[in-house]
Amino acid sequence: MTPIVEVRDLHKRFGELEVLKGIDFTVAEGEVVSIIGASGSGKTTLLRCLNLLEEFHQGDVLIGGEAIGYHLRHGQRVRIGEREVARQRAMTGMVFQAFNLFPHMSALDNVTLGLTKVRGMPRPQAVELADHWLDRVGMLERRDHRPSQLSGGQQQRVAIARAIAMSPKVMLFDEATSALDPERVGEVLETIRSLAQEGMTMVLVTHEMRFARDVSDKVVFMEDGRIAEQGPPQRLFLNPESPRLQAFLKTSSF
Amino acid sequence: MEWDYFLSEVVANRDALLHGTAITFAVSLIAILAGTVLGIVIGIAVTYGGKPLKWPARLYIDIIRGTPVLVLVLATFYVSSAVGLNLNAFQAGALALTLFCASHVGEILRGALQSLSRGQIEAGRAIGLTFGGIFRYILFPQALRYALPTWITAAVEMVKASTLLSVIGVAELLLTTQQIISNNFLNMQFYLLAGVIYFLIDFAIEQVGRFIGRRLDQPTRRAV
Repeated sequence: MTPIVEVRDLHKRFGELEVLKGIDFTVAEGEVVSIIGASGSGKTTLLRCLNLLEEFHQGDVLIGGEAIGYHLRHGQRVRIGEREVARQRAMTGMVFQAFNLFPHMSALDNVTLGLTKVRGMPRPQAVELADHWLDRVGMLERRDHRPSQLSGGQQQRVAIARAIAMSPKVMLFDEATSALDPERVGEVLETIRSLAQEGMTMVLVTHEMRFARDVSDKVVFMEDGRIAEQGPPQRLFLNPESPRLQAFLKTSSF
Repeated sequence: MEWDYFLSEVVANRDALLHGTAITFAVSLIAILAGTVLGIVIGIAVTYGGKPLKWPARLYIDIIRGTPVLVLVLATFYVSSAVGLNLNAFQAGALALTLFCASHVGEILRGALQSLSRGQIEAGRAIGLTFGGIFRYILFPQALRYALPTWITAAVEMVKASTLLSVIGVAELLLTTQQIISNNFLNMQFYLLAGVIYFLIDFAIEQVGRFIGRRLDQPTRRAV
């Protein structure tokens, strides 16, 4: 079966600095993959390559079997046009560390914007679908509130609804709980967990080790722009092979 | 006695006064509308453009904003005929004010756009919007709200700057007033009258601005 996400020999540079030095990994349908590693190991950059928020310089990213971002023209690797990029981005949904809700719109309109303007859905249908997902993340009662009237955890749940309502093939979470007050982390993790249990394909960059261990089918440990070790969470967390992962887990809190 | 004379002079010159007011109104309106459209393009270029767009836009804003309007008006009038552009005084004046207005609107919009977080652009991209969609639905509505008070000030400035077109012979309100005064010598009365008319035009602009402001501030706006 074709994997939902396939990354082959991915390289990415910021100027002279190579931050991804040849990444290979796959995510199967319904799989939950957590990417862990120290700050600066390249995990957020890797995630942002999956929806083309970052350009990459070598290798391929395939979403649902389709190579995204670049194609070959006369043997040259060229970036594809903006419209195509936008269409490919909509195959993935992303949840950001800083929520990034649109502050001038209600929670409901944050969710319907992509449905009406990208999917071209008529508004009544978009509202119905948005209501469904807002209900699903426990935010239906606050659908008419502006982001400024919501707590961080509530904003993040609206952001999750906004991303998932677009019915992406895979959801990307970029440290979705890192900016939250400690007492708000639980509600967001619970939301993510319940989506995972429903079979949503997910890639999570996270510092929540306990959560990564409990919810993931696969854990990817990154170190200095490379995948140092990957496998099922039980093996990685209980019997880490590489000394670097052993050291990393010692310094991480559970 | 003097009051009666003033009133009879106003009545006698009513066509000229109305015409002058209309010219002032028209040239200001053209400058504000065309200048705003051009200014939006320049503001986008200077904020989000790549180098080949950003630098010319930056240069434009800095040079035009740094030039006295009177110099701009005279330069447009004389340079345009020198390069074979056959503009009459009204057209040259309207063009000069448009260019001036655009430089201000460009800078105002840049300031407003830069106050918006980059994360919103990424969120817009992540749901599959193109830059056009992101600008239209996410950035512009917010920038408009921030920029509106300064934009109204700029629009009022355009009306005031239109008086400078009198030097190239555009029969706008100030030049018309001066012509009337040269016949009846009612200096104070007619300058005061012109002042009142300018005030009313500016007052109307501010009211329109407040009306737009109220519309924008409604609690829940539909993204349709």
